[in-house]
Amino acid sequence: MPWRVEPRMIFWAAVLVAAALTLLNLGALGAVIWRAETGARLGAADWAAARFTVMQAVLSAVISVALAIPVARGLARRRFAGRSVLIVLMGAPFILPVLVAVIGLLAVFGRNGLFNDALALIGLPPFSIYGLHGVLLAHVFFNLPLSVRLLLQGWARVPAEHLRLSSALGFNGWARFRHIEAPMLARVVPGALAVVFLICLTSFAVALTLGGGPRATTLELAIYQAFRFDFDLGRAALLALLQAAIGIAALLLLARLTLPDTGQRGMDRVAPTPPGGLARVIDLISISIAAAFLVIPLAMVVLRGLPHVWGLPPPVWLALLQSLKVAALSVGLLAVMTGALTMGALARRWPEGVGMAALVSSPMVIGTGMFIVIHPLGDPAHWALAVTALVNAAMALPFALRAVLPAARRAEADFSRLSVSLGLTTRAHMRLVLWPRLRRPFGFAMGLGAALSLGDLGVIVLFAQTGGETLPMMVQRLMGAYRSADAAGAALVLLIVALTAFVIIERLIGGKDAGA
Amino acid sequence: MRVPKLATGLCVALATAVPANAQTPIDGAPELRVLTYDSFVSDWGPGPVVEAAFEATCGCDLVFESAGDGAAMLARLMLTGARTEADIVLGLDTNLTAAAAASGLIAPHGLSPALDLPIAWDDPLFLPFDWGWFAFVYDVNRTPTPPTNFAELIASDLSVVIQDPRSSTPGLGLLMWVKAAYGDEAAAIWQGLAPRILTVTPGWSEAYGLFLEGEADMVLSYTTSPAYHLIAEDDASKAAAPFAEGHYMQVEVAGIVAGTDQPELAQAFMAFMTSEGFQSAIPTTNWMYPAVTPEAGLPEGFETLHRPGTSLLLSDDQAAALRDEALAEWRDALAR
Repeated sequence: MPWRVEPRMIFWAAVLVAAALTLLNLGALGAVIWRAETGARLGAADWAAARFTVMQAVLSAVISVALAIPVARGLARRRFAGRSVLIVLMGAPFILPVLVAVIGLLAVFGRNGLFNDALALIGLPPFSIYGLHGVLLAHVFFNLPLSVRLLLQGWARVPAEHLRLSSALGFNGWARFRHIEAPMLARVVPGALAVVFLICLTSFAVALTLGGGPRATTLELAIYQAFRFDFDLGRAALLALLQAAIGIAALLLLARLTLPDTGQRGMDRVAPTPPGGLARVIDLISISIAAAFLVIPLAMVVLRGLPHVWGLPPPVWLALLQSLKVAALSVGLLAVMTGALTMGALARRWPEGVGMAALVSSPMVIGTGMFIVIHPLGDPAHWALAVTALVNAAMALPFALRAVLPAARRAEADFSRLSVSLGLTTRAHMRLVLWPRLRRPFGFAMGLGAALSLGDLGVIVLFAQTGGETLPMMVQRLMGAYRSADAAGAALVLLIVALTAFVIIERLIGGKDAGA
Repeated sequence: MRVPKLATGLCVALATAVPANAQTPIDGAPELRVLTYDSFVSDWGPGPVVEAAFEATCGCDLVFESAGDGAAMLARLMLTGARTEADIVLGLDTNLTAAAAASGLIAPHGLSPALDLPIAWDDPLFLPFDWGWFAFVYDVNRTPTPPTNFAELIASDLSVVIQDPRSSTPGLGLLMWVKAAYGDEAAAIWQGLAPRILTVTPGWSEAYGLFLEGEADMVLSYTTSPAYHLIAEDDASKAAAPFAEGHYMQVEVAGIVAGTDQPELAQAFMAFMTSEGFQSAIPTTNWMYPAVTPEAGLPEGFETLHRPGTSLLLSDDQAAALRDEALAEWRDALAR
């Protein structure tokens, strides 16, 4: 906020959040190192895991974001029936528990899936999903929708005047892309790449299951195995440090590539009619393919689960309640963190970096570290809810910041001089200028945070005991007890609740036009 | 700014959240904490039945603490070390007991009940509560002629899902199975099996799920798995392929934590563990063979299961000694 004196409270709130996040990451890692025996070393298999991890995460990020560009462009400039429903549904793969999403994907791309049925109809040999391409397919399935949403926000910030001017000047598609869209993308794409890279960096169940064997071992899996198989805390901590170093290196690299926002200003006018002809066909094709790729596997989850929802055993509903508690607390924490770091980041750089690296430590190490710290103080089970909510909020923070921060910087660049010249107080500036421009991305971020927390099967596993299970844990338990039909029903409940929470929170905070 | 209001709300939420999750112990009754794996305490596992049966006689409060699977449980025990509040660990298998014994955290149980196991049992630290044989499970409609040994499986065109030995106890069991049956030739067996292995999953649930979805023809599971489908779903289409080499066993055991503050109760629980109240719950909740056959015999349907003539089981010391070598053979064969 270069034009006004920043209230000290904003600064201290950002410092507090940053300190809490740093403590969470370093404290957990420190606790693991403290409990470790000395003399851990990384072997050849660990380096192979590091190479595979980086390769799959880079490829997943590049493919997800590259594919998201035409889809986001189509969605940004076309209006059609069902558009907002499609955008909401596109959030679904990201929030599904991995196990459930994989089963949806297999129903389409698996041996007996629809895709192979279609190939057989036209006489082509069957497709096997197992291998690096399967891992990438799943990661794109999870992250394409998120990338689309992040890019859509970039498009939403292109001032309508630019589009009007470009059509008045008779720009063709290429000129419009070069002068208007490319500069915007150069500012949004690195952030989206960073977010997808960070998610795929800690992937392990998908990578192993679809990767086809031990060559698809990621660092997170190696960490998990160092804990469980070898009980080698030193090696686990070393691997976690390596993983964190890769994440931070990627963040720094992408931060260097990101251009500062320009002084493009707009007056929030109506956009001109989008171009027709070939552009229309391309938009139609991109949207249709993306919709089919994302919605058909979800439809399979629904079809499989629907017959079993009514007969679900009572513990499933108790688990749902527990999940809702965790999600509510998590969204509260996320709101504080996002608010403090966004406002703090307007005047300086570090809050953004801290927020983006909020969960750069391995979730497994954070969970174990917190367990080591909490265990002497009290029964970890009593802390399950709070710890899970905190870790989930930290997990969602990079997405929240990617959604809110660019919009905040934009609004600040466009209007802060005006506010100062009008003599608005900081409070009035926030209420009248920033909030109307931030509530949509903020609503999206909180909705995503809620859904992510509902679908997460992370640290809670280390803490919860009987009666404290969340819904994703319950799905896992049902599958572990041979009850795949009930698991399918519970997964559908999870899908519905997560999507509903996402939509409700997004609309409540973002206003009724949210989601555009 | 909304931050102060939100922060206040958060503090309230945190303050109310913590006690809401707390235990409500029976007044004055001593507490016995049993550390076990997740599926034991699930509503469909033996946990609820066992808790009710033991609490009816012990005048105590039985509390289960769960941690993933057997290996995660051992990691939890090691992590908490001597400070652990658990009085009993329940659910380790013989591939894990050597490490647990070496930690010095387990005390002798001092019991010698008559057990119905295919092998002799005389471990002073650990007492079995159930057991089973690992087997490749298949669908009789899809695979009319299953392989009868590893060589036939290698020569077939079947696809198999297995679990990662580094993250799953059945996965580790298969590693020991091949090692116990083939010794120095184990590496060659794994190289032969590699093309048959569709994928490796982190845990049993994922692998079994893939098999049920029709992704693979066979899955590494237990000879007792078909009993679930037969008894609970009235579906006789699943079967375990009998292998001529014999089948490796998984023996699930419990032990008393050396630092327990409830030694008498822990002792009483160990004695209860091989009694009717505990053992009768095992077949249709854990879907394994009970360590002591209940008075009424095994449930109807268990008689249809394949009972291997040869039971393979490495001693816990052998298993611990062979583990790293066997894992390297597995990884080299499958990473190609």
